[in-house]
Amino acid sequence: MFGNLTLDAFKHDPIEAAAGYSIFLSMILAVALITYFKRWTWLWKEWLTSLDPKRIGVMYIVVALIMLFKGLSDALMIRAQQAFSVGDAWGYLSASHFQQVFTAHGTTMIFFVGMGIVFGMMNLILPLQIGARDVAYPFLNSIGFWLFASGSAYIIISLIVGKFSATGWVAYPPLSGLRYSPNEGVDYWIWSVQIAGIGSLLSGINFLVTIFKMRCPGMTLMKMPVFAWSALGTLALIIFAFPILTATLGMLSLDRLLGMHFFTPDFGGNQMMYVNLIWAWGHPEVYILILPAFGIYSQVVSTFSQKRLFSYESMVWAIIGITFLSFIVWLHHFFTMGAGANVNAFFGIMTMLIAVPTGVKIFNWLFTMVRGRVHFTTPMLWFLGFVVIFSVGGMAGVLMSIAPVDFQVHNSLFLIAHFHSMIIGGVVFGFFAGFTYWFPKIMGFKLNERLGRYAFWCWLIGFLAAFLPLYILGFMGATRRLDHYEAATGWQPLFLVAAVGVGIISLGLGLQILQLIVSIKERKKNTDTTGDPWNGRTLEWSTTSPPPVYNFAVIPTVQTRDPFWEMKQTGASPQQKPKYQDIIMPKNSPLGVLIGGFSFILGFALVWHILWLGVIGLLGILTCFIVRLSEEETEYCIPASAVAKIEAKASKRKK
Amino acid sequence: MMTQPLANPHQEVHARTLFGFWVYLMTDCILFGSLFAAYAVLHNSTYGGPSAHDLFSLPYALAETMILLASSFTCGLAMLGAHLNDRRKLLLWFGVTFLLGASFLAMEISEFTKLVQAGNSWQRSGFLSAFFTLVGTHGLHITTGLLWMIVLLVPVARHGLTPTSLKRLTCLRLFWHFLDVVWIFIFTLVYLMGVK
Repeated sequence: MFGNLTLDAFKHDPIEAAAGYSIFLSMILAVALITYFKRWTWLWKEWLTSLDPKRIGVMYIVVALIMLFKGLSDALMIRAQQAFSVGDAWGYLSASHFQQVFTAHGTTMIFFVGMGIVFGMMNLILPLQIGARDVAYPFLNSIGFWLFASGSAYIIISLIVGKFSATGWVAYPPLSGLRYSPNEGVDYWIWSVQIAGIGSLLSGINFLVTIFKMRCPGMTLMKMPVFAWSALGTLALIIFAFPILTATLGMLSLDRLLGMHFFTPDFGGNQMMYVNLIWAWGHPEVYILILPAFGIYSQVVSTFSQKRLFSYESMVWAIIGITFLSFIVWLHHFFTMGAGANVNAFFGIMTMLIAVPTGVKIFNWLFTMVRGRVHFTTPMLWFLGFVVIFSVGGMAGVLMSIAPVDFQVHNSLFLIAHFHSMIIGGVVFGFFAGFTYWFPKIMGFKLNERLGRYAFWCWLIGFLAAFLPLYILGFMGATRRLDHYEAATGWQPLFLVAAVGVGIISLGLGLQILQLIVSIKERKKNTDTTGDPWNGRTLEWSTTSPPPVYNFAVIPTVQTRDPFWEMKQTGASPQQKPKYQDIIMPKNSPLGVLIGGFSFILGFALVWHILWLGVIGLLGILTCFIVRLSEEETEYCIPASAVAKIEAKASKRKK
Repeated sequence: MMTQPLANPHQEVHARTLFGFWVYLMTDCILFGSLFAAYAVLHNSTYGGPSAHDLFSLPYALAETMILLASSFTCGLAMLGAHLNDRRKLLLWFGVTFLLGASFLAMEISEFTKLVQAGNSWQRSGFLSAFFTLVGTHGLHITTGLLWMIVLLVPVARHGLTPTSLKRLTCLRLFWHFLDVVWIFIFTLVYLMGVK
């Protein structure tokens, strides 16, 4: 009846149980609170079924922040274990639990924090920046989000039902094959990543078409804001890389479900094929995460330096160069495979080359600041912190692109320190910069600056304390994913420093939560009535904060790269009495949530081999699509008179 | 017939949908590309079992190919009918397309069944895993195409052609031709090069 799912799946050791039950309780608490405040209808109508990219963007960010909290808890657990599991002391985690923790940490951070903030930011800002009212396919956008959300749900549910994967976040076979990982953990990982990955692919197509087909009149590709360009690079990468992931995970699950032999050690399987395929997706994935952050820095630096971006053309070509090169460096993740000197040399040189466009960008940002009126607001602090950490981490990466050096530090903590520099220093700092920068646009009030600054310093100092020791430990021979080591190695003091560092980072996150609470409380004081709190340059600042559902009452026409800045300089205010027209917007649809839910059921059934449940999931998805195809009225009209009313109210608020 | 640029909102949505569908087809192409790569890596990994040379029959695969190519042609005829707003022609030729697609699928399933009954299932070797996955994924796409045809054509038969259904039929047609192209590669790489 329930396949492999028995009562044993609910039995855990005390620490696992504590995590599971605390999550279970907080879910019950959330449900109770929503019921108590009678917010279910509001939640359903305004948020869950919404097709408005601004709403979907906020939901992405909320899921990403919850998952960030989860991933940071994993990091704390890893650091606490490694700080104290020395010699005769064995720490507080069992080896199998420790393996699940580091697997969950990586999976959570890359797929559900990284991808969540990438798509969250695109949803919030991209249509506004290119002067569009919506994305190309609003319904597909909703499906993309709900597939992402149901993928993230497996990470949570695996705390309560069964176990998560214990094979690391890229699940190399043969360890992840059926023989060495016979239980449900790897299947949870596969379906979590597979479903979220298909969601990302659909959203990728959606936003690519949005950029190509929905720019406002006058905005040629070379007049797009750099954030839109970096998003375009990311989307091209998603479209080329994510199908490889889908195919690879498909093959791994066929090995596990139907006893195929793609990656098994016998019957002619080839494990190195998996490693090649997963990194042919995995390396572009790194740039999928970092490119939008580059775009955010570009907007932040030029806005807060009150100056146009230095050398826009080279910035665009650098993005294009990175997009292209990121497809021909994947082998540097496994120089030790033994592909031969020539192959390693090629990939090593390509890896060094990719540092060139990245360096160009760093210099462009720094030159943008030169002779500008630099305002050292929180987003600028995140940018400056990024420059320091990212440059050091990047140079460590170039060091590792030399194959003989890589042979020494492969899979050591030096590598861990390198890629955390890129992902925390680059992606996460970029997200925080963008979050602070665009927060008033989306929510209508600014965040508290002082607490933001405190949080920044905690993150910066915490990061340095947590990861500089890891560079040294890597040289001392400490490999990644150790749950125990000998006292004679002399590693413990450095591990202790790293643990303190993660503690300081957690304090930073705590301050950010406090910042959010304080800012919401003081929102009357920090309200942005102008729509342009930072003296911005691009189109998103020309509409109100928060923007109306249709973004722009009259679609703007642009002539320059910084159209809003130009408008303010030349004093060309928007028409005094603009002619409004009826605006057609998509209706809400519950089918996105339902497709996400049925996909979750389908994946869950595949994890536990429950046939009837799988059939329900599959039929549910198909039915939703057929219902959607037969719907006639999927749009509604906002009449011109209503638009005029909303706009009149907004301009009154401005005065 | 369709020359007004951008003036008509239907036209704009139509163009956007088709562009998006092309992008989707490109992603599907990469998915197949990965499976082709896996087949290329594993095609000699027979682990002592039968090889492509021992298993495949060229005339049978050629018959499959011809049926699929013919279905692509009839699909084109059906779309000619759609653009002429000739519902009878449209339904007739899509009906023929459906039958051809279904008989292709039947031939493929019978080939698979014979292989499995002879003890050469996907569990036999890495080569057979890659073969079943590559060809099976194509077959799954064909199945999706057939289902899609039913879902689109029932309303057309009932209520006639609308601009929306024309848009969707155009996407279906692209999908169907795309599957044909993929099959040409399968025929070449798996059957032609395998049997020789």
